[in-house]
Amino acid sequence: MDIKADGTNDSLILLKQGAEARVFESTFVGRRSIVKERFKKKYRHPSLDSKLTLRRLNAEARCMTKARRLGVYTPTLFFVDPVLHTLTFEYVEGPSVKDILLEFGLHGIQEERLDDIAMQIGDAIAKLHDGGLIHGDLTTSNMLVRSVTNQLVLIDFGLSFTSTLPEDKAVDLYVLERALLSMHSSCGNVMERILAAYRKSSKQWSSTLNKLAQVRQRGRKRTMVG
Amino acid sequence: MKKMIALGFEGSANKIGVGVVTLDGTILSNPRHTYITPPGQGFLPRETAQHHLQHVLPLIKSALKAAQITPDEIDCLCYTKGPGMGAPLQVSAVVVRVLSQLWKKHIVAVNHCVAHIEMGRIVTGADDPVVLYVSGGNTQVIAYSEGRYRIFGETIDIAVGNCLDRFARVLTLSNDPSPGYNIEQLAKKGEQFIDIPYVVKGMDVSFSGILSYIEATAVEKLKNNECTPADLCYSLQETLFAMLVEITERAMAHCDKKDVLIVGGVGCNERLQEMMRIMCSERGGKLFATDDRYCVDNGAMIAYTGLLAYAHGTSTPLEESTFTQRFRTDEVEAIWRIKEESSEVDGLMDESA
Repeated sequence: MDIKADGTNDSLILLKQGAEARVFESTFVGRRSIVKERFKKKYRHPSLDSKLTLRRLNAEARCMTKARRLGVYTPTLFFVDPVLHTLTFEYVEGPSVKDILLEFGLHGIQEERLDDIAMQIGDAIAKLHDGGLIHGDLTTSNMLVRSVTNQLVLIDFGLSFTSTLPEDKAVDLYVLERALLSMHSSCGNVMERILAAYRKSSKQWSSTLNKLAQVRQRGRKRTMVG
Repeated sequence: MKKMIALGFEGSANKIGVGVVTLDGTILSNPRHTYITPPGQGFLPRETAQHHLQHVLPLIKSALKAAQITPDEIDCLCYTKGPGMGAPLQVSAVVVRVLSQLWKKHIVAVNHCVAHIEMGRIVTGADDPVVLYVSGGNTQVIAYSEGRYRIFGETIDIAVGNCLDRFARVLTLSNDPSPGYNIEQLAKKGEQFIDIPYVVKGMDVSFSGILSYIEATAVEKLKNNECTPADLCYSLQETLFAMLVEITERAMAHCDKKDVLIVGGVGCNERLQEMMRIMCSERGGKLFATDDRYCVDNGAMIAYTGLLAYAHGTSTPLEESTFTQRFRTDEVEAIWRIKEESSEVDGLMDESA
């Protein structure tokens, strides 16, 4: 891959190979930046692959900027390249919520910090949802905490879409709940704190949380009593 | 020391199987019989249970004979407690209760999904993989974490095998040996790729909308001669499997595991295995898959998993030897995995000492 022609970067350092994209560190006009390249999936049928890749690239760029308009911190988007399937955006300095919670699991929980993070998560999701934006992949690895300011930054809007249906919002929360349960069961009930903050911030909390109760029941082969 | 031997009964869907295994995973015998319905029809609980009742006793006899053992040598009797269809599940539960009293043996109730995973691990030697469990009744991405097999992603409506089976009914493909196998063979002749909805929600997938879409499209397009049944099978497989590989890859990235194990009936599909293998090799991991002897429901997997639990001190009292249609994979405490881990730690401590 070569983006030199645009004068956008000098070197690319591979940081992470995610499920659908490679994330590189680079510089963009002198600023430290992240380049996210959606690579070809060789296992997928070519026409299916290019359809999905382009659709997600566009959706991600649009949703990232929409989230910022709604007052949720996301990395600043610098550049979109539909040919190379890359997004270039700001480098956010700080650990992921996943790392922080895993650390809590190992070395004991700092209640105050956990409360602050959970509060910020609930508040951010509420802002997105009230603005009609569904993140679509709320896991703890898709949330960063900026080192200096302790601000929560949401990343990876690759599966995001716009919707005002309580159903979509509830599923969004349910995905997060499941991710927390499967990964961070030792941190206690973080989801409860997140939902409490969500309730405070969201104007439409009641319909969403009612739906969430229904969605939870829907998980397949759940034990039923009575 | 005498090897521990278990007899296992599986009858949660349209297959009744009896298996004899030892604790090291050696399968002494593993016969099974499948209830095959006419093309265009699925299997119904009552008829399936009837089928199981007819075949279970001859299967026990042939399993014991092929394994060259007598009932005396058996340590425990294992059966599928769930999940599955109620009436077929009842057959193995009842048989096990009777035998346990006749032969004075302990009973061990086994979770069907966990059995698939343990069988896959022992057969392939996969140590700690992300597991894709795909069959007619289940679609789950599972990984072991903190004492249990936890579900990272799953279908939010019907199972992938159910989607394939029901599409096979639309095309009236044969149910022998299985509808999925016949779709796979037909798909090899497909040339044209037809756009089908692609539904991934985070780590979950949904198939019911795809099924409705393709059921309607198939009738329409076939009538107008716009495509062949082979094209439809090909496009459906490509789309469904791409969704499965995608959520598996997501789970791998999420829990930092390199290897994948595919289990369950749909796991025999070679196209699915091929796609998964490509994905794994791109991530520097390995794919572990088995063929239809172990992928498809069988008695040995129940026997082996039950024996693992039994060897670690678990058995089910007669009064509790019930069955249930709903039984989540993550409800089972995988005590044998906890012991595996702690013995590894002990080993390390010994070395350092």
